[in-house]
Amino acid sequence: MIIEGKQKIWADYQKEIPDDHYFYVRSCIRQSFFPASEVVFLDITRNKLGKDFFENPYHTTCGGIAYHSDAIPQETAMTIIARQFALMHESGYENYVCSCITSFGCYTETLETWREFPELEAKIRQFLWDSCRKELVKPKYLAHASDIIYKFRNEIAAKAMFRLVEAKTGRPLRVVEHIGCHYAKMFPSKGVGGAEYPYVLAGMIEAWGGEVIDYPERRQCCGFGFRQYFVQANRGYSLSNTYKKFESMEPYKPDFIITNCPGCPYFLDRWQYVVAEQTGKTYGENGFGIPVLTYEEVAGLVFGYNPWDLGLQLHQVAVEPLLDKMGIPYDPAMKYKGVNGKELGTPAAPQNIRFK
Amino acid sequence: MNFGFSISPSSHIMMDDVSRKRFDALKKTEPDIAICMSCGSCTATCTAGANAEVSLRRMILMLQRGKDDEALAMASRCLLCGKCYLVCPRGINTRHVLLSISKCLGHDEDI
Ligand code: SF4
Ligand code: SF4
Repeated sequence: MIIEGKQKIWADYQKEIPDDHYFYVRSCIRQSFFPASEVVFLDITRNKLGKDFFENPYHTTCGGIAYHSDAIPQETAMTIIARQFALMHESGYENYVCSCITSFGCYTETLETWREFPELEAKIRQFLWDSCRKELVKPKYLAHASDIIYKFRNEIAAKAMFRLVEAKTGRPLRVVEHIGCHYAKMFPSKGVGGAEYPYVLAGMIEAWGGEVIDYPERRQCCGFGFRQYFVQANRGYSLSNTYKKFESMEPYKPDFIITNCPGCPYFLDRWQYVVAEQTGKTYGENGFGIPVLTYEEVAGLVFGYNPWDLGLQLHQVAVEPLLDKMGIPYDPAMKYKGVNGKELGTPAAPQNIRFK
Repeated sequence: MNFGFSISPSSHIMMDDVSRKRFDALKKTEPDIAICMSCGSCTATCTAGANAEVSLRRMILMLQRGKDDEALAMASRCLLCGKCYLVCPRGINTRHVLLSISKCLGHDEDI
């Protein structure tokens, strides 16, 4: 093997990520599925890494869900996106960072389409002016929020309180990384490592002490798919996809799964309950499932945040086995207590999958 | 509990547990199967495929994954009309491949 040649090829798969001054936009669905992830991301980047992240309160949905379910035409989705870009420019920023993979896919698709069809960009520019009296200025740089954590993964490792290793034995935790399809499968050059070797999450795992699992269905979709999910009768497609992934990763005994998409962690987490109810099968140890975490939640654990402040009690699959392995202290009595000790209520126990 | 939807069996294949003995033997007779790009033109044009489950593209994929019995069952439904040969963009002699599948897979002792 000629190392220089390999390095040259690998260089083509790299993505430049700006150092500082980002315009940050949140995700509609992530805020309800994983309510603490974005707060933790901003706390880590602003207060622990000292980066400038700006949020504009007038930011709205990117329209991705409506677009992917054919409820609105592409021009409408593009005008919504053009408005977000205008807000970024008005706020004095040029590096656009979004929290959602669906949004990231919509943004890259929009920018690439405008590049191919400038007349469409001109049309959207006019739509934006007519509807909002705003000027479209495209971002100089577009990143997904996981790119930022990836970029600073070694700084995070240097400040880590916990590592992705089994505290008692020092064994590196075996981690499945699952990357949202819209991160790099549509426009490979926009993601770290492209579509074939996406490295954005694997880089975090390695930097924080874990071991990446390479299993046969590693690049298979989680099965979310808006169309599959929205129609109840179609959900079997989504569920079967997830089931196939779990069957494939099972022999490698993953300690947990890390993801960077809104849909993937949600479905990989919740479908484990449905698989258990329908087939009686669980994939973790001792009747538990395999914990599924967002990369912000993992970064938060590594930094030593209280697991309940990270919102880990809102997961379907219990995270306690992972916390025990990493040696992270937690108070079981506080699991279902919200901010200021407010009682959140205790979920009903599923029949076939342990949750405590 | 009735969720209103159900799970399909997993189509996941563990390649470590699969024997590719027959596929490798077939490849010796039909080296061209290695250049199939799974375009599906053969399937789209298949005479038998209009009425039965026949797809050369799927047969090749099944063989690569060690699903020999399924591939053989499918090959037995082929009419040997040769229409797929006319459309294959890779110029694979598909009709000959289909005959070889039956020959190589049908008779273990010949391998
Ligand atoms: S030769 Fe067989 S596989 Fe090919 S088109 Fe005819 S019936 Fe179909
Ligand atoms: S037409 Fe040829 S290349 Fe295409 S799937 Fe069939 S055998 Fe393969």
